[in-house]
Amino acid sequence: MPAMSSDALLQRPGTPSRDPAWQRRMGWMLAALVLLWPLLTATEFKPWVLFDARNRGPTWRFVSGFLPPAVGVDFLSMVVRETWRTVAMATAGIALALLIAVPLTLASTRVLSISALAGRMDAWPFAVRQVLRALMILLRSIPELVWALIFVRVVGLGPSAGVLAIALTYGGMLGKVYSEILESGGDGAAQNLLRNGSGRLQAFFYGLLPGNALELTSYTVYRWECAIRSSVVLGFVGAGGLGQELDSSMKMFAGGEVATMLAVFVLLVAAADAFSNALRRMLD
Amino acid sequence: MELILEGVDASHPSARAGTAPALRGLALRIAAGEQTAVIGPSGAGKTTLLHCAAAALKPQQGRALLAGTDPWRVGPAALRELRGRLFLAPQVPPLPPRQRVVTSVLAGRLAAMSLWASLRSLVYPVDIAAAHAALARFDIADKLFERVDRLSGGERQRVGLARALLSPATLWLIDEPLSALDPTRAQQAIDTLCGVARERGHTLVTTLHDVSMALANFARIVGLRDGAMAFDLPARQVTPALLAQLYAQHEHELHAGAAPGDDTDAAAPGRPAVVYCR
Repeated sequence: MPAMSSDALLQRPGTPSRDPAWQRRMGWMLAALVLLWPLLTATEFKPWVLFDARNRGPTWRFVSGFLPPAVGVDFLSMVVRETWRTVAMATAGIALALLIAVPLTLASTRVLSISALAGRMDAWPFAVRQVLRALMILLRSIPELVWALIFVRVVGLGPSAGVLAIALTYGGMLGKVYSEILESGGDGAAQNLLRNGSGRLQAFFYGLLPGNALELTSYTVYRWECAIRSSVVLGFVGAGGLGQELDSSMKMFAGGEVATMLAVFVLLVAAADAFSNALRRMLD
Repeated sequence: MELILEGVDASHPSARAGTAPALRGLALRIAAGEQTAVIGPSGAGKTTLLHCAAAALKPQQGRALLAGTDPWRVGPAALRELRGRLFLAPQVPPLPPRQRVVTSVLAGRLAAMSLWASLRSLVYPVDIAAAHAALARFDIADKLFERVDRLSGGERQRVGLARALLSPATLWLIDEPLSALDPTRAQQAIDTLCGVARERGHTLVTTLHDVSMALANFARIVGLRDGAMAFDLPARQVTPALLAQLYAQHEHELHAGAAPGDDTDAAAPGRPAVVYCR
């Protein structure tokens, strides 16, 4: 090949013939594939069954059943009522979660430790913070679905079980992420206020909040959006709201109704997104 | 407030074990109402000295007495009360971004405010007049309602100093107050600090890189080198020979009065005080 030989002529002595990292990179890539394979077999990941001739018919019938979406007046008024209930469930759940998360954050964040001002935190405050952290892990490690199943037995079928389930799980999540947000920013301002004799809450409001308010807000709104989604799943176990209606429509193979309700969810998530953006613009 | 250090050894909390302490056997007595400048080359322990004096760092040896009280031998409530009576200003002004200047300045008064009053002040500033007057002393009153992150480094430093005027403290410990200021602003800032401290009878201890500024404005000069006291003299008795000895091998810092020293990085104009990226 003439092109190759002219390249060879241009090559100067001492030019490395190949990338020395190449072999190692290939090796790691192969190793990753070999490690991934057992994971795929363990999860019975076989995407081709989707296109199997025997499955194509039922899949097509199920999906085409979604069209056209149901738009009956009675049905739509029910959807509006249940949407309102879902939004209320997510909002009340987040509000209760904040009641759990905010005190836990303030008590557990390292930035507001008075004893850590002079170097290492004392043993006793350190222990208290660890206990609070463990409590938050416990709260969020139990899925809201499990909390909901417990509360459905305690308070009966209906949205209040969902509200309590969201409150507990999300309280743990918000508390963890809030304290991480507070600890990841520069803590000089709050630390200086504490060193000049201000209280912990004063240092929080004057030293920490101004720099972190944006992130705290957008994370909270994002969690509200998650709570809306999560209320669907909770509806499946009888916690009420749009999720419960979605469940019964699915069971009755009423695809049009399912499509309408899914569209409502898309709108709710988009609304949460717009709300979050508006809040960020307002705060910035 | 009277400040006494007795045989103080201290290291920065994050210093590795085995390294020499930042302060070694330091003894110092500063009477109430006295004004002292601490000078010395970089790494001499000037900031550590201020932190020990501010009950922000516990000495490993010896003790620091604030108005006769050892802050490490009293309970948390008394320690907080003691901290409320001193004002420690770090070199990089600790002002959160997105906060308004008026709030930042009024934050100097938090130790004297109840939680309720400080929350109310976030809704409507409690004492706009006092904040305005304090800023005016540093010629930056026009920035009263600006946001802190819209200010230059020098403006931010002056806002940080204006906070001292609002504080209920009677001991001011101020780290490099002039590092981001041009000569005119620097003179104005030091005149204000010294003047107000004198009017109110506050004790003032500042560290300064600018030796000529220290000699011209302070009656008492403490020279630190390698964590130990090199001299503690009235400014009149600080001779060029003593200074040459203090800054041996660091001569460029001795003549840094005109040109910025090695602290420009920490407070260059326009650079945000804190960088957030999450």
